[in-house]
Amino acid sequence: MKSLSVSNLLGIKYLQLEDLHLIFETATHFKEVINRPIKKVPSLRDVTIANLFFENSTRTKLSFELAEKRLSAEVINFSISQSSVNKGETLVDTVNNILAMKVDMIVIRHPNPGSAHFLSKHVDSCIINAGDGTHEHPSQALLDAFSLKEKLGDLTGKRIAIVGDILHSRVALSNIYALKMLGADVKLCAPKSLLPKHIQSLDVSISSDLMKTLNWCDAANMLRVQNERMDLNYFPSIREYTQKFGLTGKLLKKLRKEIVILHPGPINRGVEISSEVADSDQSIILDQVENGVAVRMAIIYLLASKIIIPNI
Amino acid sequence: MELKVLLDEKKISVILNRLCCQLIERHGDFSNTVLVGLQPRGIFLLDQLVNLLVNYGIKSLKTAKLDTTFFRDDFRRSELPLNANSTEMDIRIEDKDIVFVDDVLFTGRSIRSALTAIDSYGRPKSIELLVLIDRRFSRHLPIQPDYLGAQIDALQGDKVKVIWSKDVSKNIIYLEKKNE
Repeated sequence: MKSLSVSNLLGIKYLQLEDLHLIFETATHFKEVINRPIKKVPSLRDVTIANLFFENSTRTKLSFELAEKRLSAEVINFSISQSSVNKGETLVDTVNNILAMKVDMIVIRHPNPGSAHFLSKHVDSCIINAGDGTHEHPSQALLDAFSLKEKLGDLTGKRIAIVGDILHSRVALSNIYALKMLGADVKLCAPKSLLPKHIQSLDVSISSDLMKTLNWCDAANMLRVQNERMDLNYFPSIREYTQKFGLTGKLLKKLRKEIVILHPGPINRGVEISSEVADSDQSIILDQVENGVAVRMAIIYLLASKIIIPNI
Repeated sequence: MELKVLLDEKKISVILNRLCCQLIERHGDFSNTVLVGLQPRGIFLLDQLVNLLVNYGIKSLKTAKLDTTFFRDDFRRSELPLNANSTEMDIRIEDKDIVFVDDVLFTGRSIRSALTAIDSYGRPKSIELLVLIDRRFSRHLPIQPDYLGAQIDALQGDKVKVIWSKDVSKNIIYLEKKNE
């Protein structure tokens, strides 16, 4: 019988290769579950999960909530706009108050990098990081890798490009950790201003030529330009960015092969990816969304199995 | 561990043939029947039955594999995680006569979880249970088989080991006695 090596999901960095394989294997079973006429299983009927979203989210929040509900967990939702955080309550106090209501698991998204890690040190609960600032977004990386494996098979030696705003992207960092662990070659393609310093230390190659990168790779993960996190002008104009780093149908047609296109959403159509590409057969963007629920069900199920019911 | 042979290949063969005849008696040409092997061990018995039923001239056999892990009632009850197996239910079960196939009936809890799990796919007309070995006096739930290979008496810590081989002459069923 296999179980995860961790009790919280704080980042891909803290996982081992066996954990990834176990999550993928379990997600495959849950993908079958969510395609049944009745998509619910009773495993977590005695587990309560709080979704704490201190930052806006559509896909991740819905996906986690749906995953929890399909596992029959009790779900409570919290968003910053309707909370006492605006009255000055600290993160630890907020979470401890929620835990006092007998909550078993916390899914947290927070704008500050390291917030999930900080929380795991200060509260006695299972924590799932649903994105902490520009640090990590492990569930997204797991669903990206799962979707890629479905399309490309074993990722050992596969060439994966991550294109766009690497500097502000938690998806990029988690993807790098996951893909490298699975044995893939990773190339980052971005304007120099949108690449973090010392990123090469993660054993990735770097390019600023999109066409060369696309010809090199088996799959390209197109990242969103995160204007909301930009306090400076990182490139002269959106138009110039699109001309150099935007993926269009014209570029794809010039390639000597078919590549798989991913995007973590939300898409800026016509900026990092054209509508023609986003809606093409090569795009697996909607598969990513479907797989997101299955992968999150697997993460929650495997972590919940470690919360043994007391006094039994 | 002390091993005791419960059924050798000859007895297993007789039992499997009898079970097939009983199934044919009740289900005729199997046009409205789906045989559902319960993961992880019931699928091997299912394979054996299918091979024999084909030899008996049953042509339109419909089979499926059902995993009940996510419907079990012992999740979070021990340190041991519950890892799932694959489910292959590519057949519509609405209004069908279902026969669950499993190798050993012990507490009945797996069958209870299978009864819940099958609901996800529709509302069958009826559900029956076929088991190769029934461990008597060990049931936790009011569940009994409709088709039964053999009944045995075993102590709580004993294990029944059903070993299927590619070479049918090596099929065997052991009772692994718990050391005193």
